[in-house]
Amino acid sequence: MKQVLRNLKLSNGSGADIAIENGLVVEIGKISGSDGLDCAGLVAFPGFVDLHTHLREPGFEGSETVLTGSQSGVAGGYTALLAMANTDPVADNAGTVEQVLDLGRKANYLQVQPIGAVTKGLEGKELAALGSMNRSRANVTVFSDDGHCVYDPLVMRRALEYVKGFGGVIAQHCQDPRLTEGSQMNEGALSSELGLVGWSSVAEESIIARDALLAEKVGGRLHICHLTTAGAVDVVRWAKKRGIKITAEVTPHHLLLTEDLVRSYDPVYKVNPPLRTSEDTEALRQGLLDGTIDVLATDHAPHSIEKKDCEWDNAAFGMVGLETAASVLYKVLIEVGGSDLSHFERVISSTPAKIAGLDNQGHISVGSEANLALFDPSSSRTISSHTHSKSTNNPFSGVTLPGSVVHTLYKGEFKIRDQKLQVLDV
Amino acid sequence: MKHLTSINDLSKDQAIQILESADSMGAVNAREIKKLPTLRGKTIVNLFYENSTRTRISFELAAKRLSADVINFAAATSSVSKGESLKDTAQTLEALGADAIVIRHPMSGSAHQLATRGWVEASIINAGDGSHEHPTQALLDACTIRQSFKLEDSADLSGMKVLIVGDILHSRVARSNLLLLKKLGAEVEIAAPATLMPEGLDRLGAKLSNNFEESLERKPNVVMMLRVQRERMNGSYFPSSREYAQSWSLSGKRLAMVQKDSIIMHPGPMNRGFEISSAAADDPRSRILDQVRNGLSVRMAVLHMCLSTGEL
Repeated sequence: MKQVLRNLKLSNGSGADIAIENGLVVEIGKISGSDGLDCAGLVAFPGFVDLHTHLREPGFEGSETVLTGSQSGVAGGYTALLAMANTDPVADNAGTVEQVLDLGRKANYLQVQPIGAVTKGLEGKELAALGSMNRSRANVTVFSDDGHCVYDPLVMRRALEYVKGFGGVIAQHCQDPRLTEGSQMNEGALSSELGLVGWSSVAEESIIARDALLAEKVGGRLHICHLTTAGAVDVVRWAKKRGIKITAEVTPHHLLLTEDLVRSYDPVYKVNPPLRTSEDTEALRQGLLDGTIDVLATDHAPHSIEKKDCEWDNAAFGMVGLETAASVLYKVLIEVGGSDLSHFERVISSTPAKIAGLDNQGHISVGSEANLALFDPSSSRTISSHTHSKSTNNPFSGVTLPGSVVHTLYKGEFKIRDQKLQVLDV
Repeated sequence: MKHLTSINDLSKDQAIQILESADSMGAVNAREIKKLPTLRGKTIVNLFYENSTRTRISFELAAKRLSADVINFAAATSSVSKGESLKDTAQTLEALGADAIVIRHPMSGSAHQLATRGWVEASIINAGDGSHEHPTQALLDACTIRQSFKLEDSADLSGMKVLIVGDILHSRVARSNLLLLKKLGAEVEIAAPATLMPEGLDRLGAKLSNNFEESLERKPNVVMMLRVQRERMNGSYFPSSREYAQSWSLSGKRLAMVQKDSIIMHPGPMNRGFEISSAAADDPRSRILDQVRNGLSVRMAVLHMCLSTGEL
């Protein structure tokens, strides 16, 4: 059955109707008739793509499952999530990545694309089964030990070399483990005052510089996870100028929140890498505006209440973020930064889709899958800690943010309609 | 004032009030019958996640002198994975009727969390949290400086030059002292090897130095030595304990540089022969035992301030 979405605005500024049939976009433009859904005031983006989501299944179903994470994703406008490998068992083999792929298909809210571990058990010692994960049904092309840095330079070099054979990319969690032993927050005057062990920016920047040079040497593709410091933006800018194949992501929380929140000792603000200073935030925004930073990625990291309702040092690192990411990006990139909707679309959808090699995501075009996020930029909302995620470790709780996702369609089906989650017959 | 988790909780006036109250408590401690009925019927729990005999007995005696019931609870360091959480322990103690919880915890911010997260209603008094703060230690140090230089009738400690020396990085005593001494108008200089000096303390008003002798040449009125744990050597903070003692111990030539009318302080327990020589610890200028005595009076004053319904 053909379905028409009318009076949309596209990211290039033009108005259009979009017709969908059998899950595909079949027409874009002025479509005759008046049937269908009036979407006046909404911007049609290709469904958002998150390069960095922790779905926690298998192993940590108390915090999130592929189903609840998918539901939270569509509520935030996402139609593809790249599921990080730090599950239990670790996604370092074909069997586990296929399991995650199948859980995503069964949930059927959006595309769950597994990320494979770089090293066995995330231990940083031996390469995981990179090739067999790539050849599996999950067709893994993004590999990451996220949560851990691939610290051994030889292992990192081999990984960058090895995945070249099938167009893979290594997404590095840049954190020198020796320089960050026991670290709890950004290192600086505030960590000194609060008596918390500091996580210095050099621990991030030195690994980015090393890996950029390794990528240059072997001609591999490097993606930098969650960049957080002004110096890191400089290093990536330098690497891009040299022609190194490097891309970088920033999270919504590092764009908007600063270390001052740690004064409360409320572990909802405990995240790795940590919240930094306002100078860092400003540099990240600038890096996003000038294209040094390619994508927004949530690092959605759900944790059960007891992992956060405790002493700061004992609390887990991480924040949820799928349902607030687009609003934070809208605020930072467009409201404050003065950029435009097409830049927004590149950062949250088309570029991450390209990095992950998801051809069916990241664009709205006739003949391709109808994966859409319909966004109302004129609204504003106060964020609640409760979202569709199973966890409530939401640092934006109580904050007012612009914009909201009104409808999300995945393969032509409404998964969110009028901001309501559509319950599916599975 | 209900809680004391940080020196930042106190206004300058409140800090002075505590010091004045401590003076009167000191008078009680000099009497034959050393007891006041002020907190009769109140229950105070000393919740100690770290061994600290001296701070614990000081708080215990302070509570007893004010006629409160005291429970000592020595807890193993809790974490989400092992044992009971801090929240559950605190709520359990409150269910037993605790009006105040005096907490010593190895993790920074734990006292602040108990006071602010809505887990319990009791008064929270910080007896040292991680490398964050130890506010009653700073108050007893200020009390000792005030007495030693007969500043009881002065508005504050302005004119005093205080030099704090040692492992600043891991020291809650240094942080609380810096905050309180600045609040009371004193000049504060901090001297430590750069590896044990956290960045940014100048923003809190301290003058910073990496050279003990140069700092002593500026003739401080107070030389406050901090304990340095020998285990720190494993973290590459200094090459050897012998080398540390050579450069940073208050001994010999450096002891001779301390002015005649200046005083020497140490929060204890001391590593004699390491950060402080026996000659310095037992010198007539040493106020180390006065600090212990004043600790009792200051803790009585703090418990009184947090637990009695009326203001002082």
